[in-house]
Amino acid sequence: MYHKTLSYRIFTIFNNVLLTALSIACLLPLFHLLMVSMSSTAPANAGLVTFWPIGFTMEAYAKTFNNANFLSSLGVSVQRTVIGTALAMFVNAIAAYALSKNTRIFRARNAYLWYFVVTMLFTGGLIPNYILVLKLGLMDTLLALILPGMVTVYNIILLVNFFRTVPAELEEAAFIDGAGHFRSFVSIYLPVSLPAIATIALFTMVGHWNAYFDGLIYIKESKNLPLASFMQTVIVQADMTKFDPTMVANMSPRTVRASQIFIGALPILAVYPFLQRFFVKGVIIGAVKE
Amino acid sequence: MDANTVQQVPLKTAARAKKKQSSYKQPWMLHLMVLPAVLLVFVFSYLPMSGIVMAFQDYKSALGITGSPWVGLKHFRYMFENEYFLQITWNTLFFACTKIVMNLVIPFIFALLLNEVRNTGLKRSIQTLVYLPHFLSWVILAGILIDLLGQTGLVNQMLSHVFGIKPIFFLGDGNWFRFTIIFSDVWKEFGFNTIVFLAALAGINPALYEAAEVDGASRLKQSFHITIPSLVPVIVVIGTLALGNVMNANFDQVFNLYSPLIYQQGDIIDTFVYRQGLLSGQFSFATAVNLFKSMISLILIVTSYRLAYRVAGYRIF
Repeated sequence: MYHKTLSYRIFTIFNNVLLTALSIACLLPLFHLLMVSMSSTAPANAGLVTFWPIGFTMEAYAKTFNNANFLSSLGVSVQRTVIGTALAMFVNAIAAYALSKNTRIFRARNAYLWYFVVTMLFTGGLIPNYILVLKLGLMDTLLALILPGMVTVYNIILLVNFFRTVPAELEEAAFIDGAGHFRSFVSIYLPVSLPAIATIALFTMVGHWNAYFDGLIYIKESKNLPLASFMQTVIVQADMTKFDPTMVANMSPRTVRASQIFIGALPILAVYPFLQRFFVKGVIIGAVKE
Repeated sequence: MDANTVQQVPLKTAARAKKKQSSYKQPWMLHLMVLPAVLLVFVFSYLPMSGIVMAFQDYKSALGITGSPWVGLKHFRYMFENEYFLQITWNTLFFACTKIVMNLVIPFIFALLLNEVRNTGLKRSIQTLVYLPHFLSWVILAGILIDLLGQTGLVNQMLSHVFGIKPIFFLGDGNWFRFTIIFSDVWKEFGFNTIVFLAALAGINPALYEAAEVDGASRLKQSFHITIPSLVPVIVVIGTLALGNVMNANFDQVFNLYSPLIYQQGDIIDTFVYRQGLLSGQFSFATAVNLFKSMISLILIVTSYRLAYRVAGYRIF
């Protein structure tokens, strides 16, 4: 029995310590940032804060929440996440239901499937997309953040694969009782596939919350900027121009930036336990298949 | 009794007929159900594809796609004669390939080590911690990295106090920038990339290990002769599919971390397209550069999926 040999025991101790240390190290940067955000400005700027706040204060958070731009951005992010996810899930799931039927029932299925898959292989690219949104008059609207990425072919394929594992007898029973396809989708497929749907919905929400680039190019008015784009402009872009002395004066102190980063990460941290319960399953549906 | 059976027969056929009717009819409903997705994809994916013709024009906003003058391959000629373009292509390939290798090797080793952790609670906690960075956006992570790697950041403070090293410009020095890009990408993704390996590990038949045990094989021997060979198919599939990403150096990461100081070693095709197109307004040239990249990516993706199917029988649907 290898479990009992001395060398394996020594290995186990080393291995456990190493992996634990490594996994804690993964999150130390975020923890450090939290400590900076709760410290006083002077020690934070001098780089004295490590893994404990120095001169504990919540001033940075008070400042962040008094910033009108930050608050309106927070609102935009919540809106795009809620509306965007709800619409995307509806559109993708009903399409996946139809595409999960075999060609005997839905003759055009394969044609539709190819129509979608082609867009995974080839895209128009940044500039044509930008010009399209401009020409459609969607600039500076919430729709510019929701519509272009609404259909996710990868998610449709995941759902199709999942829907196909639902026993056909369930649906046949519903058809006998006079249900149509839409009824069967709502009353049978949705409840049965709730774990898969929840997984994809959570991924979509995280995607919306984290999306910053569309906000950066499609939104001009700062009150319409989603939070991720707002943070990109105040944290990342501000840092790039720090060689310019006029910018330094306008830059928010390190503690405030740290608090903004932490608040931006907070919703992800909050949904993460739920995500983790589901996503292993979701990833495996897509990755390893028999 | 007799009367009953006679009565049941027509009932059954009626039910069967109705079932046939409702499941085979109503194809219009199925068409209707894909319609929203079809329309959205048409507008936001297929219409932009037609915008690619801009790459062969001198696009002017006022004239539009139909009115702008045709210039043939002018932008492509300019692109290939441009030494800077060769540099960013090389940067892109360098970043993408190094990441592909690192994101295959490190998760693989990590999964093997994690598989030896017997304590389920500990195993699950480790997994929870290492998966998390995958879900944070590059804006958040860039914010953290900029703070952490700055001159007064934690890393440089540690280096100077513990090792007495002068501050390192992780984001301002070209070579260190490359290192930071690769390292931070591994930090974000290695945990998440172990999932596929862990799934494959869980699928190994325990009888193999029992047999090896009976034959007196040590755990190390078991790893080399059972565990690692069982993972080879998964590595082959992931490695082949990764071929499609050879031109993808991760725009979000580079865009949020780079600065004009290190363009020479850090600029990639995607960030170049963004600056040329949306900041300098050279729509046609940027589209041409992007088209060049998408064509190569397309060829690579199709090849990689074909290979994955040939070698390992992998299909996405």
